[in-house]
Amino acid sequence: MPHFHARVQVSLRPSVLDPAGEATRAAAGRLGVSGVTRLRIGKAIEVEIEAPDKATAQQQLEFLSERLLANPVIENWTLDLIDTAGGPA
Amino acid sequence: MTIGIVVFPGSNCDRDVRWALEGCLGLPTRFLWHEESDLQGLEAVVLPGGFSYGDYLRCGAIARFAPVLEEVRRFAGEGGPVLGVCNGFQVLTELGLLPGALTRNIGLHFVCEPTPLEVHPGSCRWLAGYQSGEAISLPIAHGEGRYQVQEDLLRQLEENGQVVLRYTANPNGSMGDVAGLCNPRGNVLGLMPHPERACESLTGGEDGLRLLASLLG
Repeated sequence: MPHFHARVQVSLRPSVLDPAGEATRAAAGRLGVSGVTRLRIGKAIEVEIEAPDKATAQQQLEFLSERLLANPVIENWTLDLIDTAGGPA
Repeated sequence: MTIGIVVFPGSNCDRDVRWALEGCLGLPTRFLWHEESDLQGLEAVVLPGGFSYGDYLRCGAIARFAPVLEEVRRFAGEGGPVLGVCNGFQVLTELGLLPGALTRNIGLHFVCEPTPLEVHPGSCRWLAGYQSGEAISLPIAHGEGRYQVQEDLLRQLEENGQVVLRYTANPNGSMGDVAGLCNPRGNVLGLMPHPERACESLTGGEDGLRLLASLLG
């Protein structure tokens, strides 16, 4: 079975408050980097998946992203299908 | 003699530490708000447990930049006694006063229970009241207490006698069963268990009392 590697980036929707990002931005100022005007914390999720072909992998990863990795009410996600590491089993 | 207790937004053991020091030992204390920078007149400083700044980013990562900690770093550098309990230990590692990091417990659960420990005081001034190899029990209450450090550095810490508290039934996957670490000078101690919650027989034993009583000199 071919093996695919993907990276899913999950970020808070712009309208959602990110207290962790704000606290981290304030800490940046205390470290002496005062020019940080915006800092938002998201998640980068590495996924390795076996699927019969690239289209199926893409479809399953989109399903995962939408239903599990991100909550579309408050989060946006992007999917990057990086490579097809292994050949057919 | 007054003991400073640092209070971050999100600290939740600051009052317990005050009770243990004042109520159980009769030692006066002063709360140090995280924005303060005056340690004048203090004999020792305690960084209590809790969730400083919500533990955003990593445990202790934001607290590290609190103005009061610059002074605590200077105070420790001059040999002043500094104790970090639980979140306070995490802050000490982020601050670089102790090596390594505390990560998510291996079992993924928050663990809250009495834990058997072995004490190896060495030159740690906080543990002078314990025998070498003494078995004690202190409560732990943490989700991120798994001590991690590079293998060679861990060996070095062990050789230096800086691993002053070890779990005898490792509850969180800590490398080397590390429950508490001291700096080479012996004045800075960080530990995940809560000695301040073990200072009265009525509420869970007295095994922590001698640690804080070391301040009585």
